[in-house]
Amino acid sequence: MTAARGAGAREALLSVEGVSLAFGGVKALTDVSFDVRKGEIRAIIGPNGAGKTSMLNVINGFYRPQDGRITFKGRTRSAMRPYEAARGGIARTFQNVALFRGMSALDNIMAGRTLKMHRGFFWQLIRFGPALAEEVEHRRKVEEIIDFLEIPQIRKTPVGRLPYGLQKRVELGRALAMEPDLLLLDEPMAGMNLEEKEDMSRYIIDANNHLGTTIALIEHDMGVVMDLSDRVVVLEYGRKIADGTPDEVKADQKVVAAYLGVPH
Amino acid sequence: MDLLYKIFLDPFVQMGTAPDLLVQTLWEGLVAGVLYALIALGYVLIYKASGVFNFAQGIMVVFAALTLVGVAARLRQWGVGPGDVAAYGALVLTALVMLGLAWGVERLMLRPLVNQPEIILFMATFGLTYFLIGFGELLFGGEPKVMIADDLHLPRGALEFKMLGGFVSLQKIDVAAAVIASIMVAALALFFQKTRIGRALRAVADSHKAALSVGISLEQIWVTVWFAAGIVALATGIMWGARSDVSFALQTLALKALPVLILGGFTSIPGAIVGGVIIGVGEKLGEFYWGPLLGSGIESWLAYVIALVFLLFRPQGLFGEKIIERI
Amino acid sequence: MLYREAGQFKTTYGADQSVFPIRQDRIGIALILFAAFVLVPLLASSFALSAVFIPVLVFALAAIGLNLLTGYAGQVSLGTGAFMGVGAYTCYKLTTYFPQVNIIVLILASGLGSAAVGSVFGLPSLRIKGFYLAVATLAAQFFLSWSFVRIPWLYNHNVSGAIEVPTRTMLGVAVTGPNATPLTRYLVVLSIVTLMTWVASNLLRGRIGRTWMAVRDMDIAAELIGIRLYSAKLLAFAVSSFYCGVAGAIMVFLWFGAAEADSFNIDQSFLILFMVIVGGLGSLIGSFFGAIFIWGLPIVLRAAPEFFGLTIRAATVEHLQFMIVGALIIFFLIAEPAGLARLWQIGKQKLRVWPFPY
Repeated sequence: MTAARGAGAREALLSVEGVSLAFGGVKALTDVSFDVRKGEIRAIIGPNGAGKTSMLNVINGFYRPQDGRITFKGRTRSAMRPYEAARGGIARTFQNVALFRGMSALDNIMAGRTLKMHRGFFWQLIRFGPALAEEVEHRRKVEEIIDFLEIPQIRKTPVGRLPYGLQKRVELGRALAMEPDLLLLDEPMAGMNLEEKEDMSRYIIDANNHLGTTIALIEHDMGVVMDLSDRVVVLEYGRKIADGTPDEVKADQKVVAAYLGVPH
Repeated sequence: MDLLYKIFLDPFVQMGTAPDLLVQTLWEGLVAGVLYALIALGYVLIYKASGVFNFAQGIMVVFAALTLVGVAARLRQWGVGPGDVAAYGALVLTALVMLGLAWGVERLMLRPLVNQPEIILFMATFGLTYFLIGFGELLFGGEPKVMIADDLHLPRGALEFKMLGGFVSLQKIDVAAAVIASIMVAALALFFQKTRIGRALRAVADSHKAALSVGISLEQIWVTVWFAAGIVALATGIMWGARSDVSFALQTLALKALPVLILGGFTSIPGAIVGGVIIGVGEKLGEFYWGPLLGSGIESWLAYVIALVFLLFRPQGLFGEKIIERI
Repeated sequence: MLYREAGQFKTTYGADQSVFPIRQDRIGIALILFAAFVLVPLLASSFALSAVFIPVLVFALAAIGLNLLTGYAGQVSLGTGAFMGVGAYTCYKLTTYFPQVNIIVLILASGLGSAAVGSVFGLPSLRIKGFYLAVATLAAQFFLSWSFVRIPWLYNHNVSGAIEVPTRTMLGVAVTGPNATPLTRYLVVLSIVTLMTWVASNLLRGRIGRTWMAVRDMDIAAELIGIRLYSAKLLAFAVSSFYCGVAGAIMVFLWFGAAEADSFNIDQSFLILFMVIVGGLGSLIGSFFGAIFIWGLPIVLRAAPEFFGLTIRAATVEHLQFMIVGALIIFFLIAEPAGLARLWQIGKQKLRVWPFPY
């Protein structure tokens, strides 16, 4: 399935060049460059502490790299603010599920539609009329996402009460609600059992296939990485050590050494 | 133009032409600052060790002072020795009362609310404040009381210096307050850094769960630290009360400690002194030299505005730790 | 059994998102409105109107204002009293300059003055959060309290420093001033509060409410779905201050009839904060519960000793009041940190299965 897609030269939706990031004395990323092609699923892997989450944070605008540039949809900059990234079409999920705990699942996903809701303050005051019509229209879209992710029964539940796996699904829903061009997923399968992982994989592939969303994901489960991704980039101690298709990367000695250690 | 002169030129001219007044004002600011710092110290102790911002610290100061005066009066009524015996006896008894209060607060307020978010605990201390106000008024009545400064053998009178072309007069009680405060700060700082209990206190402030899992008894720690804060409150109450009477108005004055905490950081003991002095001096200078320009009473808000300005440049305060949010 | 939702299907999303999607709730609110607009005027004494109903409505409105800012948008504010004062003084100046303009229009307009001032004091909120922001709002509180005294223009250079409400009429009936009857004032207050509560509920159910709650719950995540934190926070300050300002204006014009700077001091801010805590942070209905509870408790406490045949000195009663309020706040926070509103919700849940409590 994956071999047919993603091959061939397609233009890069996102490319990072020479990105270096340091916190005080700790070098999180050193001179990392790679690109993500439009429509592909790109995996970012590496042992713990490799800088994978930092890389996503840089793309997202949370961290400002000391060096390097990011080109997204043709625009190059050294850094951008998180809401600029959002407006530009980048959505994101987190390792530790960054949901709004005081709200229901439905409201969380509706929150993802915020950028697309335009009715001004004064219409919001009255609600009847244009503001309500807009709410209903977006509610419709959100319900589609809820159906897609198979979570209609929990839509009114406050997310704080949901089990971890469902929370991750809701967070994915919120990201999808933004209709992003680029979806950054930080360990979407973490803490899930086999069945949940299969479901999540299905959602990711469907999002990529049907919605055309380009996806960059961090993942530890090698099986998932091999099955899902078109191309893989491997980081270790903040540096890129491999970049290619899953098969290429799997066979790369440097990658094997990074994960398993060098035999002596 | 004239206004600009008034703001940026005149006050400094005034400072220059009457340096003895400047020194006097600086001294008063220092003293006020030291007293603010003492209150702030109580907040810092509790925040450092239990993560709770104890809004009730101010009322604890008043309560401690009132208890001291009340108990001393009662002891004398019962014919206990000369004045100073009653006073020191009352001191010991009041310390015991503060211990009881700490125990009560831990048992009835902190324990049921363990693991709740900080804001909930903060609001609980609001409740505690109101409770203590009512309780204090019930027990001791609302009129101002005179602090038993003499019986405690606190120095009286003033030291006068001739300097810089005029007089500078320092109240001996103020000097005593500064000395006592400095000693307390040094002792507490050492305590936190060097002793086993101090380490445990810092652990608890960081994470209740983690502290519990290494066997630290939260209850004991909290009682200890609230008791320590109670003692600080008692010392503060004595010092404040010796300079002006003990009344419930002190409670609102305690709010002044908040700007001090902002400058000094909520968890820094030396920061409390530095913050206190900056606020105290800033306030007195502002009130004395710029006050006539704006009208009287600017000390009611000047401290807060000073703190606000600082916050805009350093949102975590002068000594606070920069919060790095890990996502 | 009474409160069952079974059988009530909503066929449009609009219906699902309405304020009272459950039929029983709709009936309930209709009854409450009927009681408020019809029964109370018919049955309540003038004293009850002036001493209970009007104050509760005024404080509920202020509590809604504070709740919008602190409960929904997560920005802690201790400046509520001062913002109420800005509204009151703005209204006073407006009616001094435009005595012929309808007073209700002016009351609502004075909310705008309060909103403007509130936005200014909300400016630090981008850099400052949590407790620190609370202290910044204290700066607002103390500074504004001071200016209420130090700017004689505000109280028309009145020697006493207080403002007295002039008589204003509407449709020939005196609405403010010494000639306005408690009934008239009550109906005007009730109408304003009902309208503004409805508007608040609209805001909160839509995009803006979700934006505020997102900022409250996790502002980093809010940024990443495209929310501009600064505008959201400033809007919260502005709207909240609008509500507090109107509450202050109606407090002076339709309740006290007069005011001085001390009416808007830090104690007032704490009072409203307690109402919001006890009633429930982040709950509109909680604002009403909180106002009723905090205002009503002293009344009950004052009447209680007589009820039980005890005589206690007035001063003692007041001290006991403080103690009880303080203890209750702690109790509430232990038992139900989400306040009376949450208890109400739990009650409704239980009603759903009553009388089968399994």
